[in-house]
Amino acid sequence: MNGLTSTATAPRMSASPQRLRSLLEAGLPLTERPWRTLAGQCGMSEDEVLAWVERWQREGLIKRLGLVVRHHALGIRANAMVVWDLPDTAVAEVGRRLAAEPAVTLCYRRRRCPPAWPYNLFCMIHGTRRERVLTVLDAIVERHGLQDVPHRVLFSLKAYKQCGGRYTRETQP
Amino acid sequence: MAELDALDRRLIDTYQRGLPLCERPFAAMAERLGVSEAQVIERLQLLQQSQVLSRVGPVFDHARAGASLLAAVAVPEAERDEMAAAINRSPGVNHNYAREHDYNLWFVMTAADENQLEARLEALEEELGWPLLRLPMIEGYHIDLGFPIPWNELEAS
Repeated sequence: MNGLTSTATAPRMSASPQRLRSLLEAGLPLTERPWRTLAGQCGMSEDEVLAWVERWQREGLIKRLGLVVRHHALGIRANAMVVWDLPDTAVAEVGRRLAAEPAVTLCYRRRRCPPAWPYNLFCMIHGTRRERVLTVLDAIVERHGLQDVPHRVLFSLKAYKQCGGRYTRETQP
Repeated sequence: MAELDALDRRLIDTYQRGLPLCERPFAAMAERLGVSEAQVIERLQLLQQSQVLSRVGPVFDHARAGASLLAAVAVPEAERDEMAAAINRSPGVNHNYAREHDYNLWFVMTAADENQLEARLEALEEELGWPLLRLPMIEGYHIDLGFPIPWNELEAS
């Protein structure tokens, strides 16, 4: 997180919230009272579990709570990562504009790795077919005047793994 | 594609975000959709079994939920499957994709903190025998609201 902590001295969440978070990474049990089931598994009350989740949502640790769809299984198979080499002074503004495009599902500024990798802005565009994604991209380039910005489109060829991140230690094998 | 009926679609369209935070969330969803709690639970189970859903639950913010970065590696195409399998076996990896580029494997490496993250990357680099491109996020611009599913396009294709 801040790069200052070491394994031995890292401040840890108390046992049960950490346990709750690792359980949540696997998803809710599909039962009438999912929070109660989780509460039993991490030694909290149902109310405490709900309070933690509410707090994590409010603080932004949880971005959304709901159905996590596997796009590929639905037939949304064209997945393009579009990477751009923008001047550092322009990247935030363009990033915000691209993020506001309905077709753009993720948009991040990342560190460049020159000379191998000059690109500093990454966005994802999903669609049913490659041509459709490219048409959408053309329109985005046009709309935001990005014709002269070096960019590349990296379509996915195969998903070897697609799952939620696991960050908490106790879920690690 | 999996056969999804109107209820499946309404669940997906309505609840990629905003799952009710209450004791009986599936009952609250059922009420809004005009079906029974048992139906909602059964559908979600089926959607999960058929791999349409990876899960029902929270999506954590990568940047806040620990340490993570996007990594890429250029491996010979003939060895791609084998290398991808090694990446998949490595602890902390998710979203491992082959992409059309010299850097042909792209994955997200996660860990509890920066030290563990770098240790995992170094161990994997050693195993693969090819250098990893490390591309940590500097800033995120998108708020993840879920993705509107183009049902019409899917039917046409």
